[in-house]
Amino acid sequence: MEEQILLSYVVPHDDFTRAGEASSDVKAKLKMLGADPAVVRKVAIAMYEGEINMVIHAKGGKIEVEISPEKVKMILADVGPGIPDIELAMKAGYSTAPDEVRSLGFGAGMGLPNMKKYSDDMKIETELGVGTTITMIVNM
Amino acid sequence: MTVQELIDSGMFAVVHVGENTERSISRPFCCDLLSVAMSRAPEGCAWVTVMGNMNTLAVTALTEAACVILAEGAALDEMAEKKAMQQEITVLSTSEPIFEAALKIWSKLQKEGEEWN
Repeated sequence: MEEQILLSYVVPHDDFTRAGEASSDVKAKLKMLGADPAVVRKVAIAMYEGEINMVIHAKGGKIEVEISPEKVKMILADVGPGIPDIELAMKAGYSTAPDEVRSLGFGAGMGLPNMKKYSDDMKIETELGVGTTITMIVNM
Repeated sequence: MTVQELIDSGMFAVVHVGENTERSISRPFCCDLLSVAMSRAPEGCAWVTVMGNMNTLAVTALTEAACVILAEGAALDEMAEKKAMQQEITVLSTSEPIFEAALKIWSKLQKEGEEWN
């Protein structure tokens, strides 16, 4: 794996049928590149949670992934409502997901905590009414 | 116990047989919250759940669970059935509750372990 690989995905709004496609694709590519299975699992979990968050809370968005020999960098950008209280949102068990989303098995308040747990570095930039960009890094 | 052996045991109804049924099952795992399953499902587990939507299958694929067992008579919805076929995921089902279904798998794995020792 000499060069950097750039991948780009569009996450649709409110379409649970396609949620997980981007993370599945990145997972398959990392496996093909022979990445450590523990790294692949971390990336898959962190990115899937991010993807689901974009479907639930934002109006979809874009995910850009850079794979280099040292790390996997994921940039998840949405134009959703923004996060009013990051500290509260980061608390395991806290969720603002609506009932119909909970009935699908989501909304356990584990999304952001899982993203933090499974990435080696995570940065949240958010502005109310403008959107949220989350950058996650998983080291190889 | 491999996925194929679990299928052949007749303990559960077969919804869909996926690829790689020679994979061994590490342990049963019970959870209905997908985010929890996403972070906790052990690789190679037989995941017992009542959630039969397509996100269950996405989580199965991402966590590399060996198969899904739908308990309490839960069924895959139409989209999920298509996804199981596309992703080649083995899905079984039972009318029994989650605990009983998982216990059956656990007992079989324990018995296997004793026979080995």
